[in-house]
Amino acid sequence: MAYNLKEQMSKPERFEAGHRLCAGCGAGITCRAMMRAMEPGDKAVICNATSCLEVSSFQYPFTAWDDSYIHAAFENTSAVAAGVESAYKVMKKKGKILDNFKILAIGGDGGTYDIGFQSLSGALERGHDFTYFCYDNEAYMNTGTQRSSATPRFASATTTPAGVESVGKKQNQKDLTQIVVAHGSPYVAQTTFLGNFKDFHEKAHKAIYTEGPTFVNVLCPCPRGWQYSAELLPEICRLAVDTCVWPLYEVENGEYHLTYMPKKKLPVEEFMKLQGRFRHCFKPGNEWTIEAAQKYVDEKWEALLAKCK
Amino acid sequence: MSIRDRLSGNEAIATAMRQINPDVFAMFPITPSTEIPQYFAQYVADGKVDTEFICVESEHSSMSACIGAEAAGCRAITATSSAGLSFMNEVLYVAASARLPIVLAVACRALTGPININHDYSDSMAERDSGFIQIYAENNQEAYDNYLMAHRIGETPDVRLPVMICEDGFITSHALENIELEEDEAVKAFVGEYHPENYLLKHENPLAVGPYGTSPYYMEARVAQAEAMKNAKRAILDVAADFEKTFGRKYGLFEAYRMEDAELAIVLMGSSAGTAKAAVDELRESGVKAGLIKIRVFRPFPGEELAEALKDCKAVAVLDKSEGFSACGGPLFAETASACINLTQRPKMVDIVYGLGGRDFTVAQAKRVFARLEKIVSTGEVGPIYSHMGQRDLREDVQ
Repeated sequence: MAYNLKEQMSKPERFEAGHRLCAGCGAGITCRAMMRAMEPGDKAVICNATSCLEVSSFQYPFTAWDDSYIHAAFENTSAVAAGVESAYKVMKKKGKILDNFKILAIGGDGGTYDIGFQSLSGALERGHDFTYFCYDNEAYMNTGTQRSSATPRFASATTTPAGVESVGKKQNQKDLTQIVVAHGSPYVAQTTFLGNFKDFHEKAHKAIYTEGPTFVNVLCPCPRGWQYSAELLPEICRLAVDTCVWPLYEVENGEYHLTYMPKKKLPVEEFMKLQGRFRHCFKPGNEWTIEAAQKYVDEKWEALLAKCK
Repeated sequence: MSIRDRLSGNEAIATAMRQINPDVFAMFPITPSTEIPQYFAQYVADGKVDTEFICVESEHSSMSACIGAEAAGCRAITATSSAGLSFMNEVLYVAASARLPIVLAVACRALTGPININHDYSDSMAERDSGFIQIYAENNQEAYDNYLMAHRIGETPDVRLPVMICEDGFITSHALENIELEEDEAVKAFVGEYHPENYLLKHENPLAVGPYGTSPYYMEARVAQAEAMKNAKRAILDVAADFEKTFGRKYGLFEAYRMEDAELAIVLMGSSAGTAKAAVDELRESGVKAGLIKIRVFRPFPGEELAEALKDCKAVAVLDKSEGFSACGGPLFAETASACINLTQRPKMVDIVYGLGGRDFTVAQAKRVFARLEKIVSTGEVGPIYSHMGQRDLREDVQ
């Protein structure tokens, strides 16, 4: 059946209003869209890394989650998910449960690219049947925008501030999506919030309903950390994909598919100039930073296109 | 009918695990506990259990996977030692505060550094405040018996706490001893099935585990957890009473050996008790009123009961097999001394740290401790409250 936003939005919410996330936060959007991708008859267990999302969605005695939910710590979400999945398997085998459950893990880039990287890698290698959603807002937002390995080069973060001697973060970000592909996961995708959410929905659904360890990396703009006004979210996401800073693609059993080809590839500075974290790049004398950012994006994009052929 | 066999502590624990047939075992190897999951892997391979056996990539993940599995509604177990237990530290607290009755077998081993694979209690003592119940064994029989009781204790509704079943690394974990095993069916009947009230995979309603607890709520959660640990004392004794009725072997919070009229006593834990009992017997032969307390349950700490047992002693030496670096004594001493603090008449008390990193403990040393206690009684002088025993005196090399 063709994707229909109106139909999707008429489903009961499984991530409820009343959570304490900031207005315009990408994490909440990710959770709503992730839960819409669940088949209505199926249940979920959400395993959540310590993060903005965790402290905002399950503050005792309230929870925004209609499904079962567990938070244990920052770095171990994939291991917790592995435990839940193992429990599900054995209880199913013993006839103790009849419901269909999907095991979903969700963490920010800190809990996924960095401190949770080991447990993620372990769970991917062992082949647990779960889907990991990374809401990648490109810095440690819960502690106040410190750089992560997902922070792009030249972004000013509180631990890589721009200054007389600094043009922001020195390194390019880790390409976690490719690293997950290298684990041999049956389904890996990059997405963000675009238009009618068809791209997000279809990838999330495919990931959740593909057996084995699957991974969806969601570019998740953070108005506070990226320093833009919250209502610009759709434009920021649109520019991220049209500049090819965040290409939309999926990898099914090792086969690459580009899921969005920009009609006209825009210069990276279009994406950068809306965000305060790149403000210093536009100062006289720092033109080279934008050139370097463009060169990096171009190279990555060409390499991806070659894989998608 | 009991079965007579000859097993190491590790195989005894693995046998108990096989008989209980837990739902999920998440393992990561570390000496000297490694054999436990190895034996278990063979049980899985031979179809003797229907456990989901997952080989995770670290101890932090083995405990994390246990947290996920136990919260999901399963019996989840693991085993570790030393650095592995330290690596779990953060999630031990999570398991306890989420009130998940995971059972963790610990073959106690020294902590680095220098790196050392032999026995002391640096690892488990470092986790004494984690919220785990801690039960220690003198030998393989006790390790096996303690394990058989562990799930029932932890799963008691007003307890719901994780349990560490501790054996002494190598001394108990690897040494073969005679043991009485129970029949598989008798064990299954004794341990029973696990029926948690709420769990993630429950059909009737979802469950949320691990909230952000703000100041208006955090303290209530911690007080409830503290109450649960108090309740654990009763649960441990109840399960032990049923164990005695079923299998005939009797256990308490600690073992009081020849303490009835003892004037001098040693308080210690684990396999050293066998050595100390030999010293007590020899001294009793020569008319010294010596006795021994072997702490079996360290968490919850049996403070009132211990004070009652020690109140008529004239001098007590606590033997700590871990160095707490407090500069005024080890953890067992701190607990024992604080337990006795409100006695109107209390024994003189000293702490002796010994046996670190597998350093031998001998009958002669135990007798020297009693000799020191005799001197304290006869002179009224306590001397150094905190000292070490069994180390080479490096000053002699210098001279």
